Amino acid sequence: MTQKNTAEQTVKFYQTGTFTVGNRLLDEEFRTVQATEERSNSIDSGHRACQGCGQALGARYALDTAMRVTNNKIIAANATGCLEVFTTPYPETAWSIPWVHSLFGNVASVASGIAATLKAKGDSETRVIAQGGDGGTTDIGFACLSGLFDRNDDVLYICYDNGGYMNTGVQRSSATPGGARTATTMPVGEHPGSSFNTGKFLPAIAMAHEIPYVATASVHDLHDLERKVEKAMSFRGARYIQINVPCPLGWGSLPAHTIKLARMGVESGLVPLFEAEYGELTQSTKIRYQIPVEDYLKAQRRFAHVLKPANVAQLETIRALAEKNIKRYALL
Amino acid sequence: MLQQISGSIAVANAVALCRPEVIPCYPITPQTHIVEHLSSLVKSGQLQDCTYENVESEFASMSFCIGASAAGARTYTATASQGLLYMMEAVYNASGLGLPIVMTLGNRAIGAPINIWNDHSDAMSVRDAGWIQLFVESNQQALDVHIQAFKLAEALSLPVMVNMDGFILTHAITRVDMPDQEQVDRFLPPFIPRQKLDTESPLSIGAMVGPDAFTEVRYLAHHKQKEALTIIEQQAEEFANIFGRDSGGLVKSYFAQESDIVFVAMGSVVGTMQDLINDLRSEGYSVGILSLRSFRPFPANAICNALKNAQQVIVFEKSFAVGMGGILASEIHMATQRYADIQGVQISSVIGGLGGRTITKQSLRKLVDKAKQGDLDAEVFMDLEANTVVRELKRQQDEQSSGPVAENILRDMGVVSASKTH
Repeated sequence: MTQKNTAEQTVKFYQTGTFTVGNRLLDEEFRTVQATEERSNSIDSGHRACQGCGQALGARYALDTAMRVTNNKIIAANATGCLEVFTTPYPETAWSIPWVHSLFGNVASVASGIAATLKAKGDSETRVIAQGGDGGTTDIGFACLSGLFDRNDDVLYICYDNGGYMNTGVQRSSATPGGARTATTMPVGEHPGSSFNTGKFLPAIAMAHEIPYVATASVHDLHDLERKVEKAMSFRGARYIQINVPCPLGWGSLPAHTIKLARMGVESGLVPLFEAEYGELTQSTKIRYQIPVEDYLKAQRRFAHVLKPANVAQLETIRALAEKNIKRYALL
Repeated sequence: MLQQISGSIAVANAVALCRPEVIPCYPITPQTHIVEHLSSLVKSGQLQDCTYENVESEFASMSFCIGASAAGARTYTATASQGLLYMMEAVYNASGLGLPIVMTLGNRAIGAPINIWNDHSDAMSVRDAGWIQLFVESNQQALDVHIQAFKLAEALSLPVMVNMDGFILTHAITRVDMPDQEQVDRFLPPFIPRQKLDTESPLSIGAMVGPDAFTEVRYLAHHKQKEALTIIEQQAEEFANIFGRDSGGLVKSYFAQESDIVFVAMGSVVGTMQDLINDLRSEGYSVGILSLRSFRPFPANAICNALKNAQQVIVFEKSFAVGMGGILASEIHMATQRYADIQGVQISSVIGGLGGRTITKQSLRKLVDKAKQGDLDAEVFMDLEANTVVRELKRQQDEQSSGPVAENILRDMGVVSASKTH
């Protein structure tokens, strides 16, 4: 193998039967940072995340990668939400990097402020990462995030998208998929679950700001996530990565199924993985083995009603969404 | 150096002398000229090593300050009125986190009805937010107090809000003595943060705190404000030594201790009152003023010391708590109750200057005359057009769908001649 790093790898090694990209078959130098004892460990063990939390996994890989490529020179700002709560139960903290939490809706601006200080002090080495859930990003933090994109502040914003306000007890956000049951979109009445033809897809909105780099990633392919974070850190200016992070509590799924569900979301076409630079799509991840959307839906209680014969129209709508993604992002 | 400039430009130049490192801004009348001028100072290179940023809202502006200050920068912004309300959540957060941000509030009324002119409703809306709140009487004080504000904020690791009356001060062109850089540097040392986001020594800032420690954290915020009572006085003295001027401090007495009737007030109205007091005293009246320069911390001891010989106190304020009355009056009342020897003092609460209504010497004189006759009510809305109020109340009584109050009153007064008749 002659490649410099995993980012340039063209051959992928999948673990038998799981489609998970494996470490063990790779040369040591190409293995994920998590595979070594010397890993940077941005988020320490002992935090209070639920079993099978996709966000804890995604955050650790993303930030460890950022630490590695910046030689541990990162400062993180965090929106209020699960990640904030489960990492910092007073007086403990799981963070081994400088970390600040201010409010639910302002993390993008707090991060911009940190970047402004670094600029004023002439520190171009230290980099800034903002993190929020989908509610803190697509709803309450949207204005601040758009401002960050507008000014092209030197911040990587990572959105951990689990499709709802899980920390407050699973309410609908503008990233909640159509049809999904949440505590505020219960499967009752004529249109059970979250309404269709609503919501927003923030990666596309980020692309419309023509910022240097936008990517979507998923916790089932951590090599890909690491590669995208590394790539994001190679740009200056505003960058946005949205990571699909299954939430056993909110999705009504088994903790052991987090990776599997993340993969199924991608393989069904409902979670497109792609990259864009300066507003232009540059790459999308092909679906390896396409699966029917119902296979993905039936592993989650939040979609149980969609699979009932009476709601076949909802299932058709979700299928159409997958088809649209496949076409739009050339996933096949 | 003596200069003939507006209050806003004076403040902007004073802020620049303090070497701020990060300034986010969002426009709102009447503070905008301050941040406009700072923008030019940064862009032209006159203010160096400073990041100036146009952000998308006041909420973003204060949040930007929070990030910048937590990362160790001397941080400044300005706002007013609705802007302060829009940033409210971050205003509380900045003080809760103990970040020494300095902010100018160009005091302005709060809507609805929308009104761009001066009163103190905005400042009073954040009176419990944990910020140090200072008030200034003149543009000279405005620029002097900003220089002190950075030193105070950084000594306490608390945010400081300098309140200057919108238009009356911000837009007034007056003579000011602008200090030079050497003087300011001598007074204000470089910023050493109490807490800082630093990759060499990683800290977590903003952790969740439960019932086990929340009381202690909140008590310490209160304790720090009490410490400020001493530090504000010390710094005013230090300032006077270097700059040769009396500016700042907790309170300023103009014949307060030796007068029967004493006004208590904050901000530019003190200037009008001083003019009146000079007239009245030459006519033989025993009347004085106590100007509050620090509202938070509330200098209860200093106030009581100044008022201990007063027989009647007229608390004049440009805002009120709707459904309760004068805010400052209530606090003055509370403070005097703690002093047995001044419990007998008569306290009247006067609300005036709302939404920019002119405060005339004539109207203030009437208050003094009434007080002298023992005839001043406990609560007075100065220059209130009673007929207009009665007319609107009658309209509401007569008809359920009487329409919007503000528009009805404007029509009654003939201000809006073209609006549809009712």
